[in-house]
Amino acid sequence: MGRDLLQADGAYLAIAAMMIVTIATRVGGYWLLGRFPLTPMVRRGLESLPAAIFAASIVPLALRAGPAGWVGVFCVAGVMLFSRHEILALAAGLVAAAAVRMLGF
Amino acid sequence: MKTGGAITIPITWAATRQGVVAALAYVPGYLVFGAAVGTLAAQKGLSLGEAVLMSMFVCAAASQMVALELWTADWTFAHILAIAGVTAMVNARFVLSGASLRPWLSPVRAGFVYPVLGVLTDGAWAASIRYHADGGRDFGFFVGSTVALWFTWSLASVPGYLLGALVHDPKAYAFDLIVPLMFTATVTPILARTGKYLAFVVAGGVAFAASLLLPGYWFIVIGALAGACSGAFSRGRAA
Repeated sequence: MGRDLLQADGAYLAIAAMMIVTIATRVGGYWLLGRFPLTPMVRRGLESLPAAIFAASIVPLALRAGPAGWVGVFCVAGVMLFSRHEILALAAGLVAAAAVRMLGF
Repeated sequence: MKTGGAITIPITWAATRQGVVAALAYVPGYLVFGAAVGTLAAQKGLSLGEAVLMSMFVCAAASQMVALELWTADWTFAHILAIAGVTAMVNARFVLSGASLRPWLSPVRAGFVYPVLGVLTDGAWAASIRYHADGGRDFGFFVGSTVALWFTWSLASVPGYLLGALVHDPKAYAFDLIVPLMFTATVTPILARTGKYLAFVVAGGVAFAASLLLPGYWFIVIGALAGACSGAFSRGRAA
């Protein structure tokens, strides 16, 4: 019985399982913070959290990608400082990173 | 908007539209990742319907790619548990993303927040955090950016699925770097405005060290927690 269900609908069950755990991660942190009083220290930590999440994603991914990674990141940051235009910055970063790779670094 | 406490935040159509417009900056990146996920889904034998359902309900690119690598035609409960496990690990960062929205969205009634939060993606989170850093408080922006990118991602895998290898060599075009590059574009003005340099440096350093020592995506969670702790303690002494 369980075996027949798996044979017929295994893919759907897998997608449902993925959905449940992913929604749990999205909702869990938000929900948890509602259960605790926001002390000044927790609030300061939360204020730093966005910058920390960005850094924790950008730095390892860029460094592990080699020169193309950090040249791309610096180009994007540079264009953003001067133009504040995300698509332009992304395009500059992609072109710079692809160029570095093309040169064989 | 009615809330339990004294603090209320607005919800307007203007801000909702502003959120949709801000989300457009992330659409090119979502389409590239969608092409990669769609191509992989076709290779692994998913039907187009299954591929779209997965994107619509899971809505998290990296975890979908990892799960698809583990996909099978011969399902067991252990296999489904394994896929759920890696999905939870890859998406653990959402616990922190959601938490970071609490100070802004806590006045909004839970019945409004949770359905939108359930389809939050990295791009919508990034756009919303930037809006908040710029002084924005309207709940509509969060709804607009999140729903717009949910819709985009739900359909983004279709072209890749139908056309096969749409992006032949993602590395040649540096498409594998879209996430760190797009995040850099978003965080640069946030850093300039909020000055959270210490948290940025601590989180980046710890995350890089963790990425060398641990498998998977744990480095994001560990680095982000370290950065948040540095923020929690440093200003406490100064102020």
